[in-house]
Amino acid sequence: MADASIIPAGITGMFDLLSPVAPGWGANLLRGLVRSLQIALGAFGMGLMIGTLGAYGKLYGGPIVRDLAAIYTTLVRAIPELVMILLLYYAGTDLINRILEGMGYQRVDISGLVAGIVVLGFVQGAYATEVLRGAIKAIPQGEIEAARAYGMSPVLMMRRITLPAMLPHALPGLANLWLISTKDTALLAVVGFSELTLETRQAAGATKAYMTFYLAAGALYLFVTLFSNVILEWVEKRARRGMPSVREAH
Amino acid sequence: MTEAPLEAPIETFPIHKDTGPNLQARKLPPHRIVLILIGLALVASAAYFMRWEWLPNYGGLILQGLWRTIWILCVTVFLGFLLAVPLGLAQASGPAIVAIPARWFCTVIRGTPLLVQLWLLYYGLGSLFPQYPWIRGSELWPYLRQAWPYAVLALTLSYAGYEGEVMRGAFAGVPKGQLESARAFGMPRFTIFRRIWLPQAIHRALPTLAGEAVLQLKSTPLVATITVVDLYSVASRVRQDTFLTYEPLLLLAAGYLVITGVIVFLFRRVERLIPSKLG
Repeated sequence: MADASIIPAGITGMFDLLSPVAPGWGANLLRGLVRSLQIALGAFGMGLMIGTLGAYGKLYGGPIVRDLAAIYTTLVRAIPELVMILLLYYAGTDLINRILEGMGYQRVDISGLVAGIVVLGFVQGAYATEVLRGAIKAIPQGEIEAARAYGMSPVLMMRRITLPAMLPHALPGLANLWLISTKDTALLAVVGFSELTLETRQAAGATKAYMTFYLAAGALYLFVTLFSNVILEWVEKRARRGMPSVREAH
Repeated sequence: MTEAPLEAPIETFPIHKDTGPNLQARKLPPHRIVLILIGLALVASAAYFMRWEWLPNYGGLILQGLWRTIWILCVTVFLGFLLAVPLGLAQASGPAIVAIPARWFCTVIRGTPLLVQLWLLYYGLGSLFPQYPWIRGSELWPYLRQAWPYAVLALTLSYAGYEGEVMRGAFAGVPKGQLESARAFGMPRFTIFRRIWLPQAIHRALPTLAGEAVLQLKSTPLVATITVVDLYSVASRVRQDTFLTYEPLLLLAAGYLVITGVIVFLFRRVERLIPSKLG
């Protein structure tokens, strides 16, 4: 234990541990990374759907819909994600099974992937609601009035006018949400879903090379973030083409 | 890359909506009364139909956990802010030799999950320390063997990383004329910083600071994963002891809601203390 295990083992030992072939744990980490990205993508997509509904509800809904949307966003943004995950993960699956049993069906095993996506998507939805609401409000009123004057149906107006026109305003906030989504997947490690963080923990626990594996996991997350930033910047530039720059001269 | 908002801390809590005196004056619309009644009925049925008899047995433990959560929150927000000021200043106007490391620090902290940072410090550093005899012999060793210093360190660094980015914007946003006129007065550099630059930057950052404090509160339950006994870990223990699924979690969620409300309220009070005029 004295000095052979962690840092003094040197760079070669580190690469042996991280190599993707059998004695190394690299393949496990990469598998975890893929699962993390799957969940992040799913949760982000589900958050977008909930967010669109929520934003429309908050802006155009009746008083009750508006209040319910406000309760949803306030509660989700005030309760820690970890607590939400536990509540929805355990209580949610328990509730679904009780309902199914009450109706005379078999209990179902809800897969970790689906549960993770639903839980994180529910949390993302609250933030996405606020982002999209602000973006829709930033569309010049005349554009929506003109669409209405043309006699467009609400769905057509949403597809042709509102969603494309709000996109440049929403993109910075949505980029944020995507980054939060990739990092929130780490919380699923606490409920035992084997994404990148839990795979890292298992690898570190088995080899006792805690420093190496946690640094490697951090590097993978950081790579995802930086890579996303490059893509998002490009998307944002493309969505904003033809528009005046909004970057304030600080 | 310099201005690229990695994860701009814009998702603040809606503290800023001007819900001044006109809110109290307005009458409650009928649908809201119905919603409130439904909410009360839900709370009452939860209190009546669910099992709460475990509550008295764990009262002391819950208070202890609550205290530790609040303590960790306050300490890390305070220390993190102290660290964020130089980080923001270095990025806003420092020479490249301090600006680049500061920017990298913020990028790394904001680009990796807090859970990984926490486990890296606790398991990684915690497994390195015992190998060095001089650390084991030092005065700090009794503290380094416990979990809470790592929790405080990780949360402080995390808050500093996010807040450093906010302070960068806030420092850069103070009008140049203010600093120039202070210099024209013959103020020394540190006095300019203390009297002009910092107060205005804090004023600008205050709404975001409140939102970040709420986010920090939402991060505190992670410390339960490294065996710090906070509010969250008390609830986990109740769940393990009593095999109840819903009750401890609902109580926990309610507890965090109340703390969030208190944070929002306090920051609103502080914000009102500062006279501000819209330009």
